[in-house]
Amino acid sequence: MGVKIAIPVFPGSNDERDAAWALRALGADAVLVWHAERALPRATAAVVLPGGFSYGDYLRAGALARFAPVLDAVRAFAADGGPVLGICNGFQILCEAGLLPGALLPNSSLSFVCRDVALRVERAAAPFTARSRPGDVLRIPVKHGDGRFHADPELLEALEQREQIVLRYAPGENPNGSASDVAAVVNEAGNVMGLMPHPEHAVDPLLGSGDGALILASVVDAAGRGCAPGAAA
Amino acid sequence: LPQSAPAADAGLLHATVLIRPKEGILDPQGQAVRDSLRKLGFAVGELHVGRLVEVDVEAESNEDARSRVEDMCRQLLANPLIETYDIRLSPGTSTHPPRAPVPGGQPLEDADPEHAH
Repeated sequence: MGVKIAIPVFPGSNDERDAAWALRALGADAVLVWHAERALPRATAAVVLPGGFSYGDYLRAGALARFAPVLDAVRAFAADGGPVLGICNGFQILCEAGLLPGALLPNSSLSFVCRDVALRVERAAAPFTARSRPGDVLRIPVKHGDGRFHADPELLEALEQREQIVLRYAPGENPNGSASDVAAVVNEAGNVMGLMPHPEHAVDPLLGSGDGALILASVVDAAGRGCAPGAAA
Repeated sequence: LPQSAPAADAGLLHATVLIRPKEGILDPQGQAVRDSLRKLGFAVGELHVGRLVEVDVEAESNEDARSRVEDMCRQLLANPLIETYDIRLSPGTSTHPPRAPVPGGQPLEDADPEHAH
């Protein structure tokens, strides 16, 4: 069995199985964890918050998931330096929970977008993009209605300065009106990342692109190296 | 309308919270609704779509109620990065009308709990 990666599942999550399938294909032991659980499975080495519509997107997308018992465990895991990746709704949850900067608003087009987009790697570093190089272009699908990343100019500047912008939509590819074409950001410590595109839907070239595997495999690598809390060398 | 308030309601105030997109933040929903109104022939200028939350709060005074609802806004009802909020208090509860205007008429801002019911 590979390294254990926990995938919290909320009422309304719908990409947890694809995430588990993709992580297993990359050699990890992916485990689904119901939102009412108070603890992550023993030996969890990374957490992936999946896409979907947790709690029906009530109030604001991602706003209610932070009250789920499992989120306390995820918060503690992140505070200890464990890698946490939020995909789509997972990104929205991490922003609403205050684990990532910024907010995600309805797409400027008001349309749900569902298509492949090209992303430029801005920051190539563990634990999320160690398998890429800066300037690489990844093709990964998006599918969301509320993906417009918002940060005021001061915050954007700070994110830029601290190299917290990990992925940008390539020129002309911004599908949702995100500020500064931001597609993925990390926290200051660098161990929590959110992105709107779905790497778990792009791990088999047969389905159009395998580029998402570069991100997920980076997470699996990091988890295997023991970036996890309490497992530091 | 109940003529005398049930004792349990003595400390209840009704708060109406208006949550709006922060100024300067693109509000495509507001634009779409504005454009639709124009298509119907209405001459409309700027239009924004927000959210309305109605909540009954138990509180000792208006100030108390307001500070509780402000906490609710900061912690959950609004996202301060992208939204502003505006709290209006009125006597009564949503389950026990009247949601009567405060004596003296508008605004409902500083409703006096003594006048509830």
